[in-house]
Amino acid sequence: MTWLSPAELSALHLSLIVAGRSVLLNLPFAIGAAWLLTRRRFFGRMAFDALVHLPMVLPPVVVGYLLLLIFGRHGPVGARLSRAFDVELVFNRNGAALATAVMCFPFMVRAIRLSLEAVDLGLEEVARTLGAGPVDRFVTITLPLMLPGVLAGTVTAFAAGLGEFGAVITFVSNIPGETRTLPLALYTALQSPGGDHEAARLAAISLTLGLGGLLLAEWLTRRLRRSLGA
Amino acid sequence: MPSLSVRVAKRRGGFDLQAEFALPTAGVLALFGRSGCGKTTLSHLIAGLIAPDEGRIELDGTVLLDTAAGLVVPAERREIGYVFQDARLFPHLSVSGNLAYAERRAERRTGSAGQRRLCYASREAVVALLALGPLLERRPHSLSGGERQRVAIARALLSQPRLLLLDEPLASLDAARREEVLPYLESLRDEIAVPIIYVSHQFDEVLRLATHVVLLEGGRILAQGDLGAISLLPEMRAIVGPDAIGAIFTGNVLGRDADSGLLRLRVGQGELQIRADGHTVGTGESLRLQVLARDVIIALEEPRAISVRNHLRGIVTAVAGDDAETDLVSIEIGGEILLARVTHAATRGLELRAGLPVWALVKSVTLRGRPPPKPQS
Repeated sequence: MTWLSPAELSALHLSLIVAGRSVLLNLPFAIGAAWLLTRRRFFGRMAFDALVHLPMVLPPVVVGYLLLLIFGRHGPVGARLSRAFDVELVFNRNGAALATAVMCFPFMVRAIRLSLEAVDLGLEEVARTLGAGPVDRFVTITLPLMLPGVLAGTVTAFAAGLGEFGAVITFVSNIPGETRTLPLALYTALQSPGGDHEAARLAAISLTLGLGGLLLAEWLTRRLRRSLGA
Repeated sequence: MPSLSVRVAKRRGGFDLQAEFALPTAGVLALFGRSGCGKTTLSHLIAGLIAPDEGRIELDGTVLLDTAAGLVVPAERREIGYVFQDARLFPHLSVSGNLAYAERRAERRTGSAGQRRLCYASREAVVALLALGPLLERRPHSLSGGERQRVAIARALLSQPRLLLLDEPLASLDAARREEVLPYLESLRDEIAVPIIYVSHQFDEVLRLATHVVLLEGGRILAQGDLGAISLLPEMRAIVGPDAIGAIFTGNVLGRDADSGLLRLRVGQGELQIRADGHTVGTGESLRLQVLARDVIIALEEPRAISVRNHLRGIVTAVAGDDAETDLVSIEIGGEILLARVTHAATRGLELRAGLPVWALVKSVTLRGRPPPKPQS
């Protein structure tokens, strides 16, 4: 990849790491939230649903600010994490991953929820009569059948996560080599005199990655659906 | 003898089901009634897929449900195999994978509980019985409806159930596919000692398979008993319609008539000769026969010049009003009962009454497969 400059490579590398970690962090919670919203009727379900979707309607800067309040050095969670586990989230890539995760969470939940709704409850019922308990049924029937949606949601969230800007820059700032992901590098280039060429190159990289991610998600979904005979 | 006793009440929407029955679970117990009579609700209750408002279910001495005692065994621990109308094969597994799914859970259960029950269904036996050999590596979506249903039955069997519930397993199949699967169900009944509950609204399927029948209508049980006795009940008329009422009994093959080629059957103390093209049956075998009430003519003495060839001597045991114009006359023929439909005018003209010796002229007999083997007790 000699046609990318070291700064570009660093931003690309960082974006991939941040998006990857955010997706891994999100996956279990997104599946859990989708399952709760699809299969359970509980008090406060609508409020929970709204909370899950909140990052879609809030300005990303607000999300970043809230994260700063909660996970910052003096925040209720941040202070405890720092004391108990020596974990710092502000001004580093893990913080960037957390901010990206929060922003991408609704996308993942929506995709997983759609695929969970499409799973035939009758199949879980028949698994029951064959002697499969609740956990057994979820792992052997529900999860494999919702896999297309989970994968598509994961890839889409990953592609979206590569470009998360507002929440990241607010929560963890714009530090080269640590939190300066592709969109932050692009923003920096635009701010500096004579950076137009650099900005165009970074925009092209983002475009390629985003498009590639969407196509991959579509291809995966089709392939898996076909193997399930739908 | 193993038995199933059920007493359940369930109100759902505008529908109210209240059922109570206790029957031996040898052979096939048919839950029979029209669509919407509560058959499926009742079988879901037995399997534990829905919970009743109140009730008690006991299978072979194990209490599966007792609302008074607050006891509910969940479906996954009832050991009741369930075959649904729509097969419900796992689409992400091959046929072989679907069978293995049931086998693994049965092994886990018998292993952990330490209670080794009689394992009547080995994989080889089930695959052979349902002719699944060539299908094992296939995916469910590439199977025909009949093939899917056979796989679903095999899968349920391999979970080594104490009871197998077949919930209208043929309802989603066309006539040709139904005929393809029916013989498998017959051999299932005769070759594997698993008690079966067969849910259906098709009387011909019940005729072909059932040992005992529970008759359901509007959420209530109208009658219960063995198939022969049920077939004689006036309640049948409400469900199968006036033209399908008829006696069901067993005939023993005496051989073929040399001149006519007709099959000679012993029924009670009489003999019937019937056409049985395409049936290969050996002397001494038993066949299940149905004689519709509308196909039986009553005569006080044996007529000579008449085209109906099957004449049976019997004694009237009962005369019951059937509808505004007709009566149903029960005639005992050496241990078996025949039903005949005659007009009120004929009842009066012939002075038909219990105890009167008559001749029953049988215009037509339908073969209904083989009767279930007599249970060994």
